[in-house]
Amino acid sequence: MASFKHPQILIASNLSDGEVVFLGASGWERDHRRARVALNAEEAAALEVFGKRDISANRVVDVYLADVEIGGDGAPTPVHYRERMRVKGPSVRLDLGKQAAAGRGAP
Amino acid sequence: MTALDLRVAQRPNSPMTTYRYDAYDAAFVRERVAEFREQVRRRLSGALTEEEFRPFRLMNGLYLQLHAYMLRVAIPYGTLTARQMRRLADIADKWDKGYGHFTTRQNLQYNWPKLVDTPDILEALADVEMHAIQTSGNCIRNVTADHFAGVAPDEIEDPRPTAEFLRQWSSLHPEFSFLPRKFKIAVTGAEHDRAAIMVHDIGLRIVSNAVGAIGYQVVVGGGLGRSPFIGKVVGEFVPRADLLAFLEAIMRVYNRFGRRDNKYKARIKILVHETGIDEIRAAVEAEFASMDRSIFCHDPEEFERIAGFFAPPPYESLARDSQMLHAAKLETPAFANFVDVNVSAHKTPGYAIVTVSLKPIGGVPGDATSDQMRVLADASERFGFGELRVSHEQNIILPHVKQDDLFALWRMLDAAGLATANAGLVSDIIACPGMDYCSLATARSIPIAQAISKRFSDMSRQRRIGKLGIKISGCINACGHHHVGAIGILGLEKKGQESYQITLGGDPTFSASIGEILGPGVTVEQAPDVIEHLVDFYLAEREEGEAFIDTWRRLGHARFKDVLRREGEDGADI
Repeated sequence: MASFKHPQILIASNLSDGEVVFLGASGWERDHRRARVALNAEEAAALEVFGKRDISANRVVDVYLADVEIGGDGAPTPVHYRERMRVKGPSVRLDLGKQAAAGRGAP
Repeated sequence: MTALDLRVAQRPNSPMTTYRYDAYDAAFVRERVAEFREQVRRRLSGALTEEEFRPFRLMNGLYLQLHAYMLRVAIPYGTLTARQMRRLADIADKWDKGYGHFTTRQNLQYNWPKLVDTPDILEALADVEMHAIQTSGNCIRNVTADHFAGVAPDEIEDPRPTAEFLRQWSSLHPEFSFLPRKFKIAVTGAEHDRAAIMVHDIGLRIVSNAVGAIGYQVVVGGGLGRSPFIGKVVGEFVPRADLLAFLEAIMRVYNRFGRRDNKYKARIKILVHETGIDEIRAAVEAEFASMDRSIFCHDPEEFERIAGFFAPPPYESLARDSQMLHAAKLETPAFANFVDVNVSAHKTPGYAIVTVSLKPIGGVPGDATSDQMRVLADASERFGFGELRVSHEQNIILPHVKQDDLFALWRMLDAAGLATANAGLVSDIIACPGMDYCSLATARSIPIAQAISKRFSDMSRQRRIGKLGIKISGCINACGHHHVGAIGILGLEKKGQESYQITLGGDPTFSASIGEILGPGVTVEQAPDVIEHLVDFYLAEREEGEAFIDTWRRLGHARFKDVLRREGEDGADI
């Protein structure tokens, strides 16, 4: 197993509409701030078990763990700019993607 | 598709200058839509796993990207009717987010379709004789062509009939549906290459021989991506009658010897350059000689039938130069600039070719809103026989505009934000979607294009600089053609940050060359400064009539590298 350097969240794409989703406490969430955060390798593995189950259940596709940092408000922020893009939307169209609804800027 | 029925009804808004589906084509596309609708239903019900479904969706142009699905719509050889453009706009509004992205392969991409809606989108495309077949996967992709086809003064022959002929040959060809990798063909019939044929898997150049017969110079093994190569001539003059059999022979050699064990070595360019063109040529000629060519026997009637769809529109008999145009240019300097930069000579007296730039200063290269698409459709009907082209430079071409109409057209375009007079200039930047949309990207490319465009926002400065191709890719796959940009920019990841590698000296034309790396990567913030220093050096050093690439070739790469080294020493932090 790879070394565990950062807390992690589970990211996927919703099957029917392709939107980015995050595994939360009681299912898939469209806001990453509601994602369940794995604080160690065992918790991360448990997230992956849920992910594989929901791939099989045809709810989500393209499931993977992403490293995050926990902010002062307790919300996770992806470490890598690729996933930071995914939780918001295109940096060149702030009116599109999740950032449009949340009124947030791009990374 | 091989039906010979000439009794095809003329449809509203459909000019005589583009290919029209016959009953076979229409039925084939409808069947594919119905088939995909059923595949989507089975996927959503769980009857198909993602692993099983993925090849099906890719065969229909549907990708899964960073934020959503992406649907790539085929625009064969970049030719569109006004009716089709309007339908693209309607789809953008109904099932996407009100815009589309025109690509470097003359296609259109929607960035936000839902899987559940895709069959309806494909149905809407089929209504106007469009589809998304073979815009993905390891097959022969959409055949591209010179966007000035049929109207360029330097043309030997219109490449579109050949491109359509090849489209029909390659569509669902059973031998070529599971190639080692994707396969791209481009065709030009002109003396100047506007289709980048030297960097395609197969590039076709229509030529005439000593006795005036038309044939094809066949180039093979060009390509960009991880391992860029300039193509090699495998057939100096292939008579038209032999074209399909010759291409079939190339494909069979590729299918037989192309590597399937390593996707990074699976393109035909690797086979050609590792094997050597002489050995490849011998293998192709041996296959050609031994194969049963009767099934690929050229049917002149069928070719002429296809060529008939691309007949010139009913041009008026006009003087070579328009007095109205001359007067309007004198009265309106902004219009004069537009004409000087975005209007090209037409082979028919009194007409012009108009490039509508999709590169407004600071805009997203290749994007057009649905409203702009409708304006373009209207403009093409009002001023250009209802025909449009998509260029691989991600612009729209109106190929048949009367010079007398140019001023009215310009006003119409200007009102829609479509009159940026920068075709071919430093801000006419090719850029792939990059990490703003693409799941393969390693860095963003659009923001770099926007920053450079803004840096050179002074249009008079752009005109002083002259023609200069900047091309930007957000990963090594090179959809933004950075290898063949006079200035190329490749976005990479370096230690968790976006880093941009700059190359100089790329050339996509018959004198093709692959750009050379300038030095260490730069940050997104540094990139405009670096480009500006390079351009300033070029302006200081160029001789009369020299384009950037010419100056670079004359002075050598080291001189340009020195510029940046000196700037860095002077504290510019580059």
